[in-house]
Amino acid sequence: MNKKIKFNLNGEETTLEVNPLRRLLDLLREDLKLISPKEGCGQGECGACSVILNGNLVNSCCIPVGNIEGAKVITIEGLIGTKEFNILKESFDEAGAVQCGFCTPGMIIASYALLTKNSKPNEDEIRSALSGNLCRCTGYDKIIDAVKIAVKKGENIW
Amino acid sequence: MVDKSKKEIITYMPENLQEALKILDKDEVIILAGGTDLMVRRKSPSGLIPRFDKNTLFINNIKELKNIYKDDNYLNIGAGCTLSQISNNDIIPDYIKTVISDFASLGIRNAATMVGNICNASPAGDTLPLLYALDAKVLIKSLKKEKLVSIKDFITGPGRHILNKNEMVAEIKLPLEEFNKFYYKKVGTRKATAISKLSFVGIARVKDNIVEDIRIAFGAVAPTVVKSDIIERDIIGKSFKEIDSIKAHIIEEYCKFINPIDDQRSNKKYRKKVSINLLVDFFKHLSY
Repeated sequence: MNKKIKFNLNGEETTLEVNPLRRLLDLLREDLKLISPKEGCGQGECGACSVILNGNLVNSCCIPVGNIEGAKVITIEGLIGTKEFNILKESFDEAGAVQCGFCTPGMIIASYALLTKNSKPNEDEIRSALSGNLCRCTGYDKIIDAVKIAVKKGENIW
Repeated sequence: MVDKSKKEIITYMPENLQEALKILDKDEVIILAGGTDLMVRRKSPSGLIPRFDKNTLFINNIKELKNIYKDDNYLNIGAGCTLSQISNNDIIPDYIKTVISDFASLGIRNAATMVGNICNASPAGDTLPLLYALDAKVLIKSLKKEKLVSIKDFITGPGRHILNKNEMVAEIKLPLEEFNKFYYKKVGTRKATAISKLSFVGIARVKDNIVEDIRIAFGAVAPTVVKSDIIERDIIGKSFKEIDSIKAHIIEEYCKFINPIDDQRSNKKYRKKVSINLLVDFFKHLSY
């Protein structure tokens, strides 16, 4: 049964009639056509569906819409155009951190969530912050390099 | 074709505990906190609503359940507290943070609750061995009553607990006690997002080479966490030397309780062997 759910999506106050048991991932991708979160495993193990909920990284495949009532949700679509996003984009380009690209939105979101909380993470902290995000192409080192570049490039921004 | 057997599921989203308890009193529901386990276990094909076969009570909007505080006897953690919220709280001891840091991944820890982990009652639940070792109490509430039970009496088997239909867990209460030794190991295939093959928690209070208190708990090697008050009482009050002399006996006693299964994650033999190795290693660490 649908319920009125109010939340802030990428900076905009949003009210929708939706089943509270619907996955946040399906709401974003199918109802709202925000397709940056991807469905990889669908069980919270791969991080491809990562979004930011009240400033924290979460897997949108495991979040029922009822749990975003009154919350702030950020997807890649909401970051595009910001300084922070541009830094991450350039850094991922520069490091060669993108191959097939399926994990990339999740990796960017997880990196963004890390850097907004910790502007100068060391390698262990970067690896730990991205440990819930799987990549089958790069072998991870290039993604870790990308975050290190983003730390430097964004010195006064994060 | 309309499936007539499929009833429409009602979702309740109360904003306070009293309202939630009233709903529990009237209706038989599935209680949903963070949702990280239920949403996966009840998953439908992509795009479709997960299969919840009963009306569902969301407790995530209840602020009263999101408190972490100390009173005279306990460190209290509300049923709505996520593992990250617990981990980031200054009054939480480091050994709890260490165990939480091995739980799933950051994205899951940001949504999943400790009380959810207890109520799922998985033999491999990551916080359970620690909570058994600390003799955590579970505060159960219904509209008219509340009761406090030890976690070992709360969980009765894999996925099973004593909660009645009209009850919910409101809080987990950790007795305030001093320990100066902590040993923890989760054995999994990966560092993140692993379901443990087995896990071990050993905590103790040691003074002048005497073990004043000791708690030993094994996870994922039996239908519920293995912890023996009787064996622990045998160890308490003894010196390291005395413990060393009865070590073989202690191992033998624990072996009676460690009955792991073969599954896709590991096998009986490995689980038992590594459990005992960790126990022996913990005894070594007591004197460090």
